[in-house]
Amino acid sequence: MKARRLGAWIAIAIGASYFIVPLLGTLEFSLRMRRDAYSFDAYRSVFSDFQFRETFGYSMMMAVLTIIFGMLLVVPTAYWVRLRLPQVRPIIEFITLLPLVIPAIVIVFGYLRLYNSSSILPLTGSTSGTNMLLMFSYMTLSLPYMYRAVDTAMRAIDVRTLTEAAESLGARWPTILFRCIFPNVMSGVLSGAFITFAIVMGEFTMAALLNRPAFGPYLQLVGANKAYEPSALAVIAFAITWLSMGLLQLVSRFQKSAPAKA
Amino acid sequence: MAFLQLTNIQKSFGPVQVVHNFDMGIDKGEFVSFLGPSGCGKTTILRMIAGFETPSGGTIFIDGKDQGALKPNQRNIGMVFQAYALFPNMNVHDNVAFGLKVAGDSKPEIDKRVKQMLGLIKLEHLADRFPYQLSGGQQQRVALARALAVKPQVLLLDEPLSALDAKIRVSLREEIRQIQQQLGITTVFVTHDQEEALSISDRIVVMNAGRADQIGTPFEIYNTPATRFVASFVGTLNIIEGKVADPAIGAVTIGGQQISLSEPITGAKGGDSISLALRPEAGSIAEGARGDTALPGKVVSRSFLGSVIRTKLRVGEDIISFDMFNDPGMIPPVAGESVTLRFAAKDLLVIRE
Repeated sequence: MKARRLGAWIAIAIGASYFIVPLLGTLEFSLRMRRDAYSFDAYRSVFSDFQFRETFGYSMMMAVLTIIFGMLLVVPTAYWVRLRLPQVRPIIEFITLLPLVIPAIVIVFGYLRLYNSSSILPLTGSTSGTNMLLMFSYMTLSLPYMYRAVDTAMRAIDVRTLTEAAESLGARWPTILFRCIFPNVMSGVLSGAFITFAIVMGEFTMAALLNRPAFGPYLQLVGANKAYEPSALAVIAFAITWLSMGLLQLVSRFQKSAPAKA
Repeated sequence: MAFLQLTNIQKSFGPVQVVHNFDMGIDKGEFVSFLGPSGCGKTTILRMIAGFETPSGGTIFIDGKDQGALKPNQRNIGMVFQAYALFPNMNVHDNVAFGLKVAGDSKPEIDKRVKQMLGLIKLEHLADRFPYQLSGGQQQRVALARALAVKPQVLLLDEPLSALDAKIRVSLREEIRQIQQQLGITTVFVTHDQEEALSISDRIVVMNAGRADQIGTPFEIYNTPATRFVASFVGTLNIIEGKVADPAIGAVTIGGQQISLSEPITGAKGGDSISLALRPEAGSIAEGARGDTALPGKVVSRSFLGSVIRTKLRVGEDIISFDMFNDPGMIPPVAGESVTLRFAAKDLLVIRE
């Protein structure tokens, strides 16, 4: 029994080392910009770079917009499927899984063919159109996570009975959705939001091929031309992801509403 | 036309018809229970009144107004669900206030009404609690207050006590009845628990396979069940198979012995099979027991049920149960003992299929 337990601990230690050692190496390297001393010079250089601020701000804005529009798409869809169209649930689940199996580069080439400047809907013909297209592509990429997070939260509440209770009290659809359902799936909504945020901040393919000044292409650009700054950026990117994950855990742990009910 | 008038209501789900030509009028302030087993259509009728299901045929009128074209949020109906259905993100006050806010009432009006409703269910001190901080009974009382806050024309209760434990169920059903009588609100109560229905209703509708087998007061339903289903579903009942000897004088043969019913048997001729019902509490084997009818039999078994002792007798081919009060001074019969069961002929009911 003890030997088996020891074996399990060794396996965990090897697995953890596989992830942690490269990260520690990257962190250590990012601090060695100044010769013979550890410093935050690489971070200072990154933060003082105008392009960093611009691309980071752009991606941040895109992430916020993706979250808002993604929620407006996903929450009513998941709600409606659960309430009125349970038979189409497998189809919706399949559609939301597609971005996981279709490579981003295939999706973006599809977009470029469909929405190029000589098409019926020439979104790539203007900056705002391309921004919109990029946001929609981010929504597509985050769909598997967003839909599942919201759907799982809806499973924890009795959507049908809550809806009927609200209806019997005279409420209309917007009131039911935004005052009775939305607050009760907030943990799922926030989980989806944090995952979306992490995805959007690090995404490269879509932004690069649509030629938008996002954080992902900037990471690649810096990585190709500088030595210490890419490591600092990698650590920053990891910190953002971890922060998102931490907040996700926090939200699900401190949810105020009732425990899940069958 | 009654206050709540259901006329020729039908409901089908695909090829399956779950409610068949249901007709009923419910008076203002009346408390009517729909009683029946799972799948008999009682909840479907309730949901059609609420507007959550559309009838395949028929009309529903409340206070003379056709509800057919109205959505659930346009009908002035309060509903309490089996699963409480309190909004988990709102505290007790906000849950009760929800319908009033939707109706656009002013804040002072809402606060006054919420206070009044919480006083009615005696939970004023829990106004700030969230649903997950309340017991099942408390949650259901809040759900009742929330449904009543909007002053509905009709209150619909969909098995509101099913999820509660036995003791709370009894106290809450009495509380529901008391509040209903206090407010004089027309109430439709769905349950599969006969004791619940018998104890709090003005009238009971016994549903069977989408049809109303009998509509009557609890007294009528229990004492004069119209069909074999009603007889077997409501209370414990002995069904005794006999043969008609002489229908004109109500003579029947049970276990080889002829007895006389209190009335002639209509629609039957000599030699026809007949089903008779006898409540367990109608018979007695005690010395000097009253009753104009006697059937000799042998004790098969007896079971102790607390306040009563239920004994099973074999009479001919039939097994008849009867109850006697638990009297510590009395020696109950033992298995194999020969006894005579006495009862009044008027207590034997002829059962229609």
